Parts: sequence; structure tokens; C-alpha cells
Amino acid sequence: MKLAESKTTLDYSRYKLQIGLVIITFLIFILFMITSPDVFLSPRIYRSFLSTVPFVGVMALGLTLVLAMGEIDLSFPAVMALSGFVFASIFGSTGSIILGLICSMAVGAVVGFMNGTLVTRIGIPSIVVTLGMQFLIRGLSNVLSQGLAKPMTLDETIFYNLFAGTFLTIPIQSLWFLGLAVLLWFILFRHKFGEHVLFVGDNEDATRMMGVNVNRVKIMVFMLMGVMASFAGILDLFKMRTWWPTMGEGYLMMTMAAVFVGGTSMFGGEATIFGTFVGAFLIGSLEAGIVAAGLSGFWTRLIYGLLILVAVTLHTVLKKNR
Amino acid sequence: MSLVELKNIYKSFGGVVALRGINFEIGSNEVVGILGDNGAGKSTLIKIITGLHPFDDGEMYIKGQKIDPKTYSVKMAHEMGIETVYQEKALAAKQALWRNIFLGRQITNRFGFIKVKEEKEITNRIMRDIIGFTGIGANPDSTIKTLSGGEQQGVAIGRAMHFDADLVILDEPTIALSLQEVRKVLNFIRKIKENGKSCVYISHNIANVYPVSDRFVAIDRGQVVGNYRREDITLEELNDELIRLTKVKEGNN
Repeated sequence: MKLAESKTTLDYSRYKLQIGLVIITFLIFILFMITSPDVFLSPRIYRSFLSTVPFVGVMALGLTLVLAMGEIDLSFPAVMALSGFVFASIFGSTGSIILGLICSMAVGAVVGFMNGTLVTRIGIPSIVVTLGMQFLIRGLSNVLSQGLAKPMTLDETIFYNLFAGTFLTIPIQSLWFLGLAVLLWFILFRHKFGEHVLFVGDNEDATRMMGVNVNRVKIMVFMLMGVMASFAGILDLFKMRTWWPTMGEGYLMMTMAAVFVGGTSMFGGEATIFGTFVGAFLIGSLEAGIVAAGLSGFWTRLIYGLLILVAVTLHTVLKKNR
Repeated sequence: MSLVELKNIYKSFGGVVALRGINFEIGSNEVVGILGDNGAGKSTLIKIITGLHPFDDGEMYIKGQKIDPKTYSVKMAHEMGIETVYQEKALAAKQALWRNIFLGRQITNRFGFIKVKEEKEITNRIMRDIIGFTGIGANPDSTIKTLSGGEQQGVAIGRAMHFDADLVILDEPTIALSLQEVRKVLNFIRKIKENGKSCVYISHNIANVYPVSDRFVAIDRGQVVGNYRREDITLEELNDELIRLTKVKEGNN
């Protein structure tokens, strides 16, 4: 009985971060509603967020796991581009969407495998490996495409409804994002694999001492990140119906910002899927809110920076007081 | 029959020879201290027993079974009842106590999802019955960093005993602990002995652990240079002996 009592107080402090984040998000949306009521009091803008935020959001979920194990990945926007190119090429030449999907996911997995292998077997820090990989992959998709865009006719298929349609007027991308968030929450906090990810990020030596194959865990997380980037690319392609050589550019910082604003730290061993989920919407709606408020686009970055610093400071302070 | 027996074990890393012909054994229900300076080979010896490093030459037996260094691993050591508690490396600080207890041996359904309730209940039982944690305000959901150094070792020792370790290996169990914390750790070692298990620890500072030990083995430059039963030697004599061994070493240099 005593145990149950102490548990309730503990639960409160455990959710302090999440509660804080939700409050910040609401305040910002209320601010937007005050500054531009026409835009932010109509459902249109929210439907737009629901269809665009998931591109960043899906990758942010993958990145949350990478950070949870104390590593970083900078290559995922490039993976998004290369996977997208592979999909566009295979669909263009064979007309098979399924084959395109499989191959583009495989590209993500292979790049992730290479990242993970270089990090674990050779021992290069992940920031260096994935920086190099980012150039390599981006370069590869540029060379292969010769810098040319690839338009596709993807509508009118069942897959179009699956990846870019709506379900009961809700943009389907957001349902994918929600579903993947729930799945990854269960994997991270209820599955053996996720527990290993958190332990690797917390104390790699202790994890190894307990007989966990640390290298395999790391490689698998990098592969998961790659596959998530590929999937984000697929969602993007179905919405845009054109592959652009610049695909994914600009997503790196947005994705990282979403994860950090959400409350996952770079130190490893801790992560919040809920935070990333909310963080993605917060980061993803900021630009629209700023522009709708009548501020010029020049303000966007300044406000991004401010928000990130405030949120991260808040998270760190709250964690210390815990 | 000895629990663990090492015969003429050699181990080198690159060109550096860490162990040169170690002979060593641990009996059942025995608490043995391995003493020696930095670089004497204590850690290497322990890592060989726990399956972290393979030995290069010699023979190792666990419960009479001959060990092949090529296939021996941490996992196999666990299965044979050998558990190591490293003070710094035993537990992950930001994770909950119950997760630390079951790391690498989770109770899961067949899809690999953890049975959280069951793991927490067993954690409660381990804390109460095996290690005798009382009144320290810790529960299975507490993170490890909220526990003191001695308590953390208690968790690791409790974990080892829960998983039926016959031999618990402690790496510098009392280093950097306050007197009160040292007392806790000594109680945990007594619990190991009371439960009919064996314990091996390595230590620089013998005074702390002298009272709970049965036997001491001194190691120097990769070899066993002394073997003493506690009833045959006082703490003072043992200290003199260790100083004498160090002097011999300096004389040789």
C-alpha cells in the first residue's frame, strides 16, 4: 500500500515535462488565434498541418530512438531523397508501386546498416559517420538523377488513398504518424528491444556486461531510422507526386528541433515519444503561424531559435528539479 | 569439488602479458578476496572468469566442467551461475530499478513485450527478501541514480542472487564509499554467504573486507604470489605481507 502512494507522486513528476510541453503548445496556438483569428479559428489550417507535419514527424520518431541510445543521425534527409528517387525510378520503369515501396524501404535499411556498422565495428562517432553518409547519399541521388525531377501519376490508385488520402476527412498522413508513434512507444517502453535501446544510451558497459548485444541494438536502430526516413519520403512523394532532387533539404534541423523541443535529450538513456509527437506539430505549425500573423518570413528562424532554446532550457531545469 | 578452478592461465593483450600462469580456485560457499596493485592482473582474471575475455592458454573448470575459451561468453557464465557486480558498470543510472534487475533476462510474452507487472512484483520481493532493503524509500520505479552507492551494489547483488548465481564477483566493492555505505555492502556479502553462495571480490583496501572473507589471494605481475586463510592470519599480518610483496617487487626493479 505504501508503494502505491509513492507511485502517484512519482507519476506526476514523470509527466511534468509532458504537461509543460502541452501547455506551451496551447499557449502558442492561442497566441496564433489572437494574432490571426481568420486563419487559426478555421479548420483548414489544421487539416493542412495534419497532412504536412507527419513528414518531419515520422523521421522525428526514428530520431528519438537514435538519441535515446546516445547517438545521432544526420543522414536521414538524404536517405529520404535517395529512397524517393529509387521509388520514382522503379515505379516509373515497372509501374509497380509495391516493388517501389519495398526497394525504397530497403535503401533506408541498407544505409542505416552502413551507418550502424561504421559506428559499431569501426568505432567512428555517429555524428561523423552520418555527416559523411549524408553527403554520399545526397550525391548519389544527384548523380543518378542528374539533377532532374521525376513527375509521377500516383493518384487514382488504392495506394494513393493509403498514403495521401483522407479518412473521415482526416488527412491520412496524420494517422500514419499517430499509428507509428503508438507503435514506437510500445517498442521503446514495453518491448525488450526498446529497453535495450534505453540502456545502451544510459550505460553501454553495463548493458554489455548483462549480455546484451550492444552493436546489434545500435545497428538495428540506425536501420529503423533509415526505414522511417524512407517512409517519410514515400508519404512526401504521394502528396507531391513529383520527386525533386532537393527532397528532404531543410528537414534536418526541423526534425532535430521537433525532438529536442519535445524533451528528448542528447545524453541518451531517456526519451519521450509523446514529446516528439507534440514537438513535431509545434515546430511544424510555427512558420504558418508567424506568416499568418503578418510577420515577414525573416522572423521565422528567429522565433524557431527562441522557442528551441526556451523549451530545452525548461526541460533541463525541470529534469534537475526532479 | 571447486566451483571455479583455473590452471596455468595465460592472457596477453597485444604484446602486453597480463596473466602468466595463474593457478586459482574458489570453493563452494567461500568468500575470497583477490588483492594486488594496479596492473597486477586482478581485473583481467575476473574478466576471464566472467566470460568477457577469452584466455590464451591454460585450463578453466566451472563446477568440474572444462571451459572452451572460444565459446565461453558472459551469457554462458550467467547460465553456469556466475555473476559480476561492477560498481560503476553494474546498473544504468537513469533507468528504473525493476528494468535494471531484468536487463538481458526480461520476462516477456512471445513477441518480446515485457510483462511489467510481474517484473515489478519480483523486484519488490528481491528488495525485501533477498537484500533486505528496508525504509530507504526506494521502490521498483525509482531510478538507480536516486540510490546511494552501497544501495546500488545491493541491487546488483540482489539481482545476481535472484538469478541463482552460485558465484557473485565484486569489483572493488567498497571503493569510494562512506563508512556507513561500506557497512551495507559488507552485509550484502554476508547475505551471499548465508545463502550458501560463493563470492570473489577484488580490492586495494583489504581492511574493509577482511572481516567477511574466508581466504585471500595475492596477485602480482600476473602471478599468484600468496594464499592465506583468514583464520591463519590477522589483518595486520596480512597488510605486512602485502607490503613485503611490494618491496620484493621494487627490489627486483
